[in-house]
Amino acid sequence: MTVLTPERAASVPAPARPGATAQGRRGRGRAGLVLAAPFAILLTATVLVPIGYALYLSLFTDRLSGLGFSGPTQAFVALGNYVDVLTDSAFHASLGNVALFVLIHIPIMLGLALLLALLIDSAVVRLKRVWSLAVFLPYAVPTVITGLIWAYLYSPNSGLTALLPFDPLGKTGILPSIVNIATWQWVGYNMIIFYTALQAVPRDVLEAARADGAGGFRTAWSVKVPMIRPTMFVALVFTVIGSLQLFTEPLVLRGFTGSVTSTWSPSLYVYEAAFIANDYGRAAAASVLLALVSALLSALVMRLSARRSR
Amino acid sequence: MHVLLVLAALYAVLPLVWLVTSATKSVGDFSTTGAFEFGQFSLGANLGALFTQENGVFLAWIRNSLLYAGLGAVLGSLICAACGYAIAKLDFPGRRALFAVTLTGVLVPTTALALPLYLLASQLEVVGTFWAVFIPLLTNPFGVYLARVYAEAAVPGEVLEAARTDGAGELRTFFTIALPMMRPGLVTIFLFQFVGIWNNFFLPLVMLTDPKLFPMSLGLYQWSTRVTQFPQYNPLVITGSLLAVLPLVVAFVLLHRQWRSGLAAGSVK
Repeated sequence: MTVLTPERAASVPAPARPGATAQGRRGRGRAGLVLAAPFAILLTATVLVPIGYALYLSLFTDRLSGLGFSGPTQAFVALGNYVDVLTDSAFHASLGNVALFVLIHIPIMLGLALLLALLIDSAVVRLKRVWSLAVFLPYAVPTVITGLIWAYLYSPNSGLTALLPFDPLGKTGILPSIVNIATWQWVGYNMIIFYTALQAVPRDVLEAARADGAGGFRTAWSVKVPMIRPTMFVALVFTVIGSLQLFTEPLVLRGFTGSVTSTWSPSLYVYEAAFIANDYGRAAAASVLLALVSALLSALVMRLSARRSR
Repeated sequence: MHVLLVLAALYAVLPLVWLVTSATKSVGDFSTTGAFEFGQFSLGANLGALFTQENGVFLAWIRNSLLYAGLGAVLGSLICAACGYAIAKLDFPGRRALFAVTLTGVLVPTTALALPLYLLASQLEVVGTFWAVFIPLLTNPFGVYLARVYAEAAVPGEVLEAARTDGAGELRTFFTIALPMMRPGLVTIFLFQFVGIWNNFFLPLVMLTDPKLFPMSLGLYQWSTRVTQFPQYNPLVITGSLLAVLPLVVAFVLLHRQWRSGLAAGSVK
C-alpha cells in the first residue's frame, strides 16, 4: 500500500555491487535521465507550468484603459481576485452544493461498494465473475454518456419518475439525481478495488476467526474490513478529489432542466468565469482555490490513514 | 444476500438496457412507448441518420476518439513505462524529486488545470488544434506510479546485471529485456489511459471549437444541448451514445482478467 505515502514509496538506493564500476554507474545515470526525460518534460509543460501560470494570473485583472480603444491592460490586484471569489455568493452556493454532494455520495457509494465486495468475497456466492462484471460495467461508460442516459431516464416520459416521490430534475431533486449518476458510475469500480484487496487477506487469519467461533458477519466486520482499511482510505482520497471536480454531470443535466445554475459546482464556476464572463483573473483564483482545497483534503485523509494503520 | 447482488446488478445494467432499446426506436415511438419496451424497430434508420447528419461528422468523431485514445494511450504508456522503470531501477540525479512531483501530479484536479492549460495554449496559438488536446492527455502521473511498481516487482536486478555483464547498453537493456517483462503492467496502464482519454470531456470542451476535431463525447454533448428544441436529435444522441459505449464494454468484458490484476497491483501493494 504505497500509493500515497512517498516516504515509504521512495526506494532505498541499491548498495554498490562489487562489479559495478564508476563508469557503469554514470552510464546508468545518463540512461535514467534519457528514459525519464519525456515524462519529466510533459509533467513540466502540462502540470507545473500551468499551475505557476494560474498563480500568476490570479494576481491580475483585465482593465479597459481610457476609452477602451487600446484594448484591455493587465492590472496587478494582489489578492483582489481571491477576495472577489471568496465573497461571491455564487461561489458559496457552488461550494455548498459540492459539500452536500460529498456528504451524501461518499458514504452511499463507498458503503455500497464495500458491502457488495464483502458479499462477493464470501465464498457462498456463485457466479462471482458475472456479478462483479455487471456492476463494474457503468465505469466503462463515458461520463457524458452516463449523464445523457440518466437525463433521459429522469425525464417525465421515461416512466421512472412515476416511482419517485419528487421530480428528479426539479429544484430539490437535482442533487440526489446527480448523486445517483455518480454512484451508478463509480460503485462497481470501487467494489472491484475492495474485492481485490479482500482476496489478499491471508486465509489462515480467516480460518483462525472461524475457529474462534466468529460468524460470517462478525468475520467481515472485525477481521476483513480492518485489514483492507488502507485501500479504503486510498479510494476515499480519489473519490474526494473526483467529487470536488464535479462538472460533467451537472453540465449535461443543464441541457435538460433549468434547475442547474451556470455556477452550480466550483468547476462550473471556473468555466463560467473564464469562458462566459471572460474574467481570467477571477477564474484563475477560483482554480487555485479548488486545487488548494483538494490538496488540503487529500493531506487530511492521508494523515488520518497514517494514524489509523499504525 | 443474493437479492442484494441481483438488485445491484440490475441497477448497473438496466440503464444500459434502456440505451439499447431506445436506440432501436423511431423519434415518435421514443416519446410514446415505455422506457424498456420496444417500439417499431428503427435501428437501421437511426444509424443511417447518425452517419449522414452534418455530412457524416460522426464518422470523424469516431476517428478522432480512436486517434486521441489509441495513439495517446500507446505513446503515453510507453512514456510512463520508461519513466517508471528509470525511477525504479536506474540511479539518476533528481530521481527522488521527480517521483515526489509525480505523486503531486496525481492529486492535482484536472479541472483546475484546464483553464491555465487553455490560456497557455492560446499564447502558443495552438488552441483549436489536435495538439492542444493530445499533448496534455499524454501526461499520466498515475501511470508512472504504476509503472514504477511493476518495474520493481517484475524486473529482477540480477537480470539487468547479467545484461550489463554481457555488454548491453542501458537503453537496449530497457527496450529488449525490461519492457517485455513489464508487459502485463503495460497493458493495464494502456487500458486505463485509453479509458481516461476516451472519457475525457473537459479538455476538448475548452480547447476545441471546430466540430471536425471533436471526440465522440464532446460531439454528442453538443447535439444533446439541442434536443429540447429539436426532438429529431434524440435518436442521434442515443444511437451515438450506444456506439460510443460498445467498444469499451466489449474491451472490458474480453480483458477482465487483465484489468483485475492491474487494479490489484495499483491499489493493494
